[in-house]
Amino acid sequence: MKERPIGPKIFSLNRYLKDRVGETWMIIAFVMVLLLPFIVGAGLYLKSRILLQEHSIWTLLVSGNWNPQKGEFGLAPFIVSSLWVTALAVLIAVPVSLLSAIHLTQYARKWFLNAMHPVIDILAGLPSVIYGVWGVLVVVPFVKRLAEWFDISVSGYSILAGAIVLAIMIIPFILNILIEVFRTIPEELTEASLSLGATHWQTIKRVLLRKAVTGIISAVVLGVSRAFGETIAVLMVVGNVVHIPKGAFQPGYPLPALIANNYGEMLSIPRYEAALMLSALVLFSVVLLFNFASRIAIVQFEKRV
Amino acid sequence: MSETIKINIRDLNLHAGKNHILKNVNISVPKNKITVILGPSGCGKTTLLKTLNRLTDLNPEIRVTGSIQIDEEDILHTTSDIHDIRKRMGLLSQRPYPLPMSIFNNVAFGLKISGRRRKKILHKRVEHYLRQASLWDEVQHRLREPAISLSIGQQQRLCLARGLAVDPDIILADEPTSALDPVSSAAIEEKFIELKNNYTIVVVTHILRQARRIADHVVFMYMGEVVEQGPAAEILHNPQMEKTRQYLNGAFY
Repeated sequence: MKERPIGPKIFSLNRYLKDRVGETWMIIAFVMVLLLPFIVGAGLYLKSRILLQEHSIWTLLVSGNWNPQKGEFGLAPFIVSSLWVTALAVLIAVPVSLLSAIHLTQYARKWFLNAMHPVIDILAGLPSVIYGVWGVLVVVPFVKRLAEWFDISVSGYSILAGAIVLAIMIIPFILNILIEVFRTIPEELTEASLSLGATHWQTIKRVLLRKAVTGIISAVVLGVSRAFGETIAVLMVVGNVVHIPKGAFQPGYPLPALIANNYGEMLSIPRYEAALMLSALVLFSVVLLFNFASRIAIVQFEKRV
Repeated sequence: MSETIKINIRDLNLHAGKNHILKNVNISVPKNKITVILGPSGCGKTTLLKTLNRLTDLNPEIRVTGSIQIDEEDILHTTSDIHDIRKRMGLLSQRPYPLPMSIFNNVAFGLKISGRRRKKILHKRVEHYLRQASLWDEVQHRLREPAISLSIGQQQRLCLARGLAVDPDIILADEPTSALDPVSSAAIEEKFIELKNNYTIVVVTHILRQARRIADHVVFMYMGEVVEQGPAAEILHNPQMEKTRQYLNGAFY
């Protein structure tokens, strides 16, 4: 069969032009997305540079003195608070999510898992201010009671309250990933383990959890990243007192709360804006570094199992 | 009759939800022979194997009735520990699924979970079973490497070694060569012929030539029912049923 002749040249030119334009658009969009983190990072750096020229980054990070009027901008109270709240939240959220995911994928019936999906999505979609209000109404009094039980008298606005609210907020995200992780493990692997005489629990512990390890890391990283940066809900229950917290019942003042509470208010104080930008840069870098570290960990584990 | 019956399946019915998957299945599997279950895809062969190993317990929607007697013990209605029953059967699946651990630990897995941890003994057993699966020479210097670093053919032999290591007397194989190259397939088939002196082997396959090469006893299944069964020579060369004849002549797969 003879091939049909190509149409008039003007049409094909048009066609190629469209093709080129389409391709270029995609590259531009892609580069923009790729550059975004660098642009954000560079902006924060430029804004905080004045402060960094006057003090070394190290003293700013480890100093506990926060007196903007005197020109002292030690970020340690905020960094320590952030670490406390995030670590506690992840410590609460990961075991709960992991056990739930195992139950839902290994023991529960299919319809139950299907019914859980919308519940998890609703939890993930609730605005964080709602969690904050709920935290003030429920979690803060609960923590106060709990502290009294230990013979400690506090207001309840504390690191622990922030961590509990945060944990509840990140559970749906972690749980969603974990369910997917366990669902994608082939059933034959479970069958292989069972056929060797392993009990269901031995199979979960020795085979499925090992197989899921990279997915579990990803889920934890997502949880940490979200928890570290979450602002409103934590700010509402954590107390916002500038000091280096020494216990879970003490109030804290995490980095995001510092920025949200103060930006735009006391900017007449010299270097104040730069200090807030620096804390934003710290927040940004920690999340970035954490993500990099986890990438490396995941690659290492993937080689092993 | 000189042969003893190892597995005796009587009036086995299996429902998954509303689907009737196995219908009044009666099969006698002779001891120390290779029994090949033949049939087109979707006829319930794989389900039958899983029922033998009680892996159907995993799916709450599946209902099983009838009886499966292994050495006179009905494994569907038994007071024995289900995990001990499963250990009496080594399972080889269509594709190898090595456990996410080292080559050594894959073979040692069954021993370790039943509490045998003495290093020296473990090492001896692992070597023994890797030799039985003709894999030792290829892996003896890389026992600590992850099992997935092996080729597919090696992985399947590893799965065989892993299954033998729990000391079963039955080997259940579900199209064990369907993902393998011809050389690895031949290795597995030869292994089966060698192993049948000590084990009772049940192989599910839809490869006719494979059945001709290894079968002592053939069961032909169609749409969840057993159409015909008997000694390999009779079924493969002189089938009594029309369906079997059509299948053997390649009328359907």
